[in-house]
Amino acid sequence: MSTALAQSRPWKRPPLIRNAWLRWALTFGALVYLVAALSSIEVNWVRVSEGLAQGWGFAQDFFAPDFFTRSRDIWRGMEESLTMTVTSTVVGCLISVPIALGAARNIAPLPVYAVCRAIIALSRAFQEVIIAILFVAMFGFGPFAGFLTLSFSTIGFMAKLLAEDIEDINEAQAEAIRATGATWWQVVNYGIQPQVFPRLIGLSLYRLDINFRESAVIGIVGAGGVGATLNTAMQRYDYSTAGAILIMIIVVVLLAEYASSYLRKWVQ
Amino acid sequence: MLRIESLTKHYRTGDKALNGITFDVPAGEVVGLIGPSGAGKSTLIRCINRLVEPNAGRVLLSDSDITRLGRRELRRARRRMGMIFQEYALVERLSVMENVLSGRLGYVSFWRSFFRRFPQGDVDKAFTLLARVGLSDQADKRASALSGGQRQRVGIARALEQDPELLLIDEPTASLDPKTARQIMRLICEICRERKLPAIISLHDVMLAKMFVDRIIGLRAGEIVFDGAPSKLNTATLTEIYGEEDWTQMHDAEEAAGQAAKAHDLEPSREERMAGLA
Repeated sequence: MSTALAQSRPWKRPPLIRNAWLRWALTFGALVYLVAALSSIEVNWVRVSEGLAQGWGFAQDFFAPDFFTRSRDIWRGMEESLTMTVTSTVVGCLISVPIALGAARNIAPLPVYAVCRAIIALSRAFQEVIIAILFVAMFGFGPFAGFLTLSFSTIGFMAKLLAEDIEDINEAQAEAIRATGATWWQVVNYGIQPQVFPRLIGLSLYRLDINFRESAVIGIVGAGGVGATLNTAMQRYDYSTAGAILIMIIVVVLLAEYASSYLRKWVQ
Repeated sequence: MLRIESLTKHYRTGDKALNGITFDVPAGEVVGLIGPSGAGKSTLIRCINRLVEPNAGRVLLSDSDITRLGRRELRRARRRMGMIFQEYALVERLSVMENVLSGRLGYVSFWRSFFRRFPQGDVDKAFTLLARVGLSDQADKRASALSGGQRQRVGIARALEQDPELLLIDEPTASLDPKTARQIMRLICEICRERKLPAIISLHDVMLAKMFVDRIIGLRAGEIVFDGAPSKLNTATLTEIYGEEDWTQMHDAEEAAGQAAKAHDLEPSREERMAGLA
């Protein structure tokens, strides 16, 4: 030790908001708002106790699911849903790839970028149920409306996330391909596609399972699939059948989950 | 062979990266480009094949002016200039062979390259080059599975696969240990001499430059402040290029580094890095 030890002094992590007065005012204000907001939610306790009994009945039927009485309806609904899911995911993903290329600022010129981002924004602006109502009105009840709805919302979802991934690539790799005299398409094929491919597969599988769950929801507004079957069962107070359908949805989602994590590991 | 005339580049921020650079590279000469970070070495190299667009000046490759070419002719001109990069810039998820064959992209149609159906001549050439850089048995491995030195060898093979008339080399040894760095530099210079290929190599390591190149160009703040044989480089010229520093110690260090034979550090895999978290 050549020099004397410097006088010790305390250290504390500097706070996010330097002004102590402002910091406490914000914290206190947020707490007051939270309490006020919570107390503004009115709860009708009589209704809740009635509802609990009803809910208990539903849960009991749910735990005694009936797969057989309406097995034909259930299977038809499942088949429709799965068809809708698979076809709309494939079509949606195929269409979303060129849009994603156009929506990535690092490889697309500004006008193309603006158009592709607009398509994405349009597709993402509306929730599936709203689009489904529109398509059901246009093309009538049934799975075709569902297929269109799911394809349309798949495009926005996939193109946005894929475009972001393309914007995040390691540009040195693409630059090296460009330096060989490659064309734009060759740069995409050699310099970019290998970098984003695992993500593309992962997103497609994720979207597959979102589409399956959504197919159960949009069925309620008439777009076909197992949602329609579920809706009918609920309207008939046939909770055993509804329970059976819910269980099947859970099983399919679980299977999709395991299959996709396995597939993702395989493409990595 | 290559002639650069008053090449100038300024970035949008207003910084002059290159200010009136002029020099000639005759056929078969290996030129080392040295200078402090930010002196414009990378920019100069990238202006030659227009990965960066210069603002003024001319680049003449066998009498055709690269700076005036349209898009299609520029791609054709890029085929004639092989480039080797800092940190390799291989496409990590493609195989070694695909990386080498990507040097032919300027010569084959999109669909041929898309289905990886390259002409047999290109494939033969790729195998020959892989043998030349000592990677014959690695053709189908992923680029990411190779060590640093091996990756740079693939980078060299990719550049040569283009049948270039000129090599542009940007910091080829930046992420390599001293021994591998020397091996890579030796390989590059051997190949240049075998094929009478001119090359421009930017280097941050003055010792490596002195050991391997025919001629050194020193850049400082976008201007050439030294141009001559490596033996002419002395304390005064180094101060001119890099600024004041005790350059006398360099000679001792040179000898020490020459003997250093650091073993290859293998990169820990992702699993190993994250093992403690599981």
